[in-house]
Amino acid sequence: MLASQSSLHASDRELSRFHFRVVLAAVAVLAALSLLGARFYYLQVLQHDYYSTRAEDNRISVVPIVPNRGVIVDRAGIVLARNYSAFTLEITPSNVEDLEATIDGLSKVLDIESKDKRRFRKLLEEGKSFESLPIRTRLTEEEVARFAANRYLFPGVEVKARLFRQYPQGSVASHAIGYINRINKRDLEKIAESEQAANYKGTDHIGKTGLEHHYEFALHGETGYEQVEIDAGGRAIRSLSRTPPVQGNHLTLTLDIKLQEIAEKAFGDRRGALVAIEPSTGGILALVSSPTFDPNLFIDGIRTEDWDVLNKSRDRPMLNRALNGTYPPGSTYKPFMALAALETGRRTAGQTISDPGYFNFGGHHFRDDKVGGHGTVDMYKSIVQSCDTYYYQLATDMGIDAIAGFMGQLGFGQRTGVDIDGESEGVLPSPEWKKRRFRRPEQQKWYAGETVSIGIGQGYNSYTPIQLAQATATVANKGVMYRPHLVKYITDSRSGEKTMIEPEPLRRLPWKPKHVETIKNAMVGVNTHGTGARAFAGAGYTSGGKTGTAQVYSLKGSTYKESAVKKELRDHALFIAFAPAEEPKIALAVIVENGGFGAQSAAPIARMVIDYYLLGKLPKGVAEEDDVKED
Amino acid sequence: MQEFLARLWRGLVAHVDTPLLLITLMLMAAGLPTVYSATYDANSHLLPQMLNMAIGLCAMWAVAQLPPQKLMRFGVPLYLVGVVLLILVFFFGIKVNGARRWLSLGFTRIQPAELLKIAVPLMLAWYFHKHEAVLKFRHYIVASLLLLVPFALIAKQPDLGTAILVGAAGFYVIFFAGLSWRVIVGLVAVAGAAAPFVWTMLHDYQRKRILTLIDPTTDPLGSGYHIIQSTIAIGSGGKLGKGWLEGTQTHLEFIPERHTDFILAVFSEERGLLGNSILLLLYLLLIGRGLLIAGKASTLFGRVLAGSVTLSFFTYVFVNMGMVSGILPVVGVPLPFMSYGGTALVTLSVGIGMLMSINTHRMLVRP
Repeated sequence: MLASQSSLHASDRELSRFHFRVVLAAVAVLAALSLLGARFYYLQVLQHDYYSTRAEDNRISVVPIVPNRGVIVDRAGIVLARNYSAFTLEITPSNVEDLEATIDGLSKVLDIESKDKRRFRKLLEEGKSFESLPIRTRLTEEEVARFAANRYLFPGVEVKARLFRQYPQGSVASHAIGYINRINKRDLEKIAESEQAANYKGTDHIGKTGLEHHYEFALHGETGYEQVEIDAGGRAIRSLSRTPPVQGNHLTLTLDIKLQEIAEKAFGDRRGALVAIEPSTGGILALVSSPTFDPNLFIDGIRTEDWDVLNKSRDRPMLNRALNGTYPPGSTYKPFMALAALETGRRTAGQTISDPGYFNFGGHHFRDDKVGGHGTVDMYKSIVQSCDTYYYQLATDMGIDAIAGFMGQLGFGQRTGVDIDGESEGVLPSPEWKKRRFRRPEQQKWYAGETVSIGIGQGYNSYTPIQLAQATATVANKGVMYRPHLVKYITDSRSGEKTMIEPEPLRRLPWKPKHVETIKNAMVGVNTHGTGARAFAGAGYTSGGKTGTAQVYSLKGSTYKESAVKKELRDHALFIAFAPAEEPKIALAVIVENGGFGAQSAAPIARMVIDYYLLGKLPKGVAEEDDVKED
Repeated sequence: MQEFLARLWRGLVAHVDTPLLLITLMLMAAGLPTVYSATYDANSHLLPQMLNMAIGLCAMWAVAQLPPQKLMRFGVPLYLVGVVLLILVFFFGIKVNGARRWLSLGFTRIQPAELLKIAVPLMLAWYFHKHEAVLKFRHYIVASLLLLVPFALIAKQPDLGTAILVGAAGFYVIFFAGLSWRVIVGLVAVAGAAAPFVWTMLHDYQRKRILTLIDPTTDPLGSGYHIIQSTIAIGSGGKLGKGWLEGTQTHLEFIPERHTDFILAVFSEERGLLGNSILLLLYLLLIGRGLLIAGKASTLFGRVLAGSVTLSFFTYVFVNMGMVSGILPVVGVPLPFMSYGGTALVTLSVGIGMLMSINTHRMLVRP
């Protein structure tokens, strides 16, 4: 009983001090609770009339006024996303006695589809019975008049003007622009996390993908509000005060929508991606993912049928291949490998190898495309003719760590930080990566044989088209690397002030100018008398390029014959390019899924895009009066 | 047989303090219909709240059976577990609405800060009790540090409401253990001087809430909304209230969080000043009984723990009622035994249980 003994030792002085404090606490509590009592008396007796007026007779309601969402235009000012006002028919469920009868009655006056009813019920289930909910959107003038004539039959039903988002270019650039759709639970969390909940009262749409998503808070604007007196029936009697909303900010893109459209058309119905970048700024000129989709389908809640078509298609139109497709770069990797060799001192430009048509590594023959080999090959010829043996040997000599180190600097296997969220990382193969990627120890080990095919862009190499375009632009720009971005500047809707997305160099790679020149020269050689020569014959400007073919399907020693392989298993065709060679204004990467050889299907797309961008030349079959709609 | 039953009954009620139990039951009786009124048009929370109350009462009874010497032994382990969990929350907690308060256990989520509401006073009371004979100034310093660690971790989450409750509970222990007035006055002076710096350290939303309190109309869509609507609810209730289930503010969904932190708005609207006065009286009786138990407690541990637990109840009541009636900023503090929510009910019941234990085991430890 140690506790009790020590308590007996507590001196009287201490005990009385404690008791004094207890009494003091009691007095403080009494005072504080009296304060609360007084507050209740003040509110419930003295101010009762005022508050009961506010609560019952005329309830003052604060009605948010949704701001106009910012507009998105391309670099020439052509509108890509805008708003228009349309009439909607809306029901406030709490003010309607028999909802079913009302809806039945309304469908006798106006066309109400089952889709409309479904959406209405969904909104109702979300428990918004005190808000006014749309049952029909986009009423025509005639429909508005017809309802107005019958209005007395439908208390609690009103015609309201609401703003809708519209993408006038339709499916063009839909992967870059993205779309808006109804706010869901996850969006609400994001809004709350950004302390934006008050600003989103009344807003029911939010950017879901692309720029609409990334720049959501810039585009949204500031919600205004109106204090209105409402009668017992919930009808607004008069406005007491009004704070107008502030329109969202406008985005001006680096994207050239006409270039984009030409690039998309060049793909036809083939799957693939293209990213074109301005090397001196990192501004994206075109960002294609083929096939595309029409973002207008999503605005009003997408129909189940449309969603099924988009979602179940084997071509996966909703996938943004430019950012989320990862592909082995194939031979387009060779110029970067050659630059790595020069920079690390593993090769000089003049050093030659003799190519017998294969590379022998530990008894295994790595084959070259050309039977019998390319003969004596120096660096220039290795790029122009795309000699595999040269790169098998180079990769082996450099070792995987040196390759991964150099390619990492070029941005391979890392997110570029483009202003669209959810970009994929790709895979920059290295022993560390293998250790992270695999569980079993025997899988975690890096085998020297695996380095060989890394040299020709195969093996574990897997990059997004935007990474490939960024690397190409960096070489074209002599090692000054930019973060690719789509927005050129944001215009403040209130002040008109423009916030430039400054082209800050991401890093300056300290390459020897002589080395970069060697590589660029060889790439010009590709387009004048190498694998890209046919696609770029008679171009009227000098350009650099490199073809590539990425294996989808391992052939296990047999010869690849395009016609013998099913279409889904055919090789991916790749092409990277920049032009004009002297002072590049455009750098790009093209991938055509299952397109076969790069020279055949990818290079002509690059040619069309560059022709238009540099010369304003439209490809055959595209009329001058194009259906890019101007505003 | 009859004697056996009588003995069983005596054993069952031996450590129950009748006044405390009665007050608690009356508060619950006021709370249940209010929870029903606040939620019946959506999905009623009546049954889950009854279950919460049953669990709370069981916890209360169980804690009351433990003599203070046993309670004391929980101090250090509960405190350590609580602080470790808070550190885990800091690193691995789940972020909900911008605050990192929860820890995922795979099958369920827990909010460790709640544990500290009990662990901190237990720990500090144990600490002072241990050093009772030789209390020096440095013991108060150590106690303050013991309090500061969980307080800072909770405030950082951020969870201002819980941080205030934990901080207050710890401070009350130090206060009742005899912290000199000079230090208290000094602290108040320092706090006054530091206020401008604290202001710059507050989160944006916390600053907004304080500004909104001064003039709610500046932010009618955001945090001002809660205050405007709840004062309308209280004021329109009048002397006798609009009657049960008749509150228009409540049933037209003007009151946010109306079954949890803002339940007083519902109660005031439907029961008026009469209901509020009874409620205030019940809380006053609860606090008075608690302070009486503290005053009569036979050990230092019992005294400071009972004092701290009792004043914690007062803090809950004052902060919550002050917030709902618009004289204190909006912080997440429930109204004891009225607000919906199992965790708070159990924590509060354990507090009552501890008071009962201190009171009913008093005779046993006297020589």
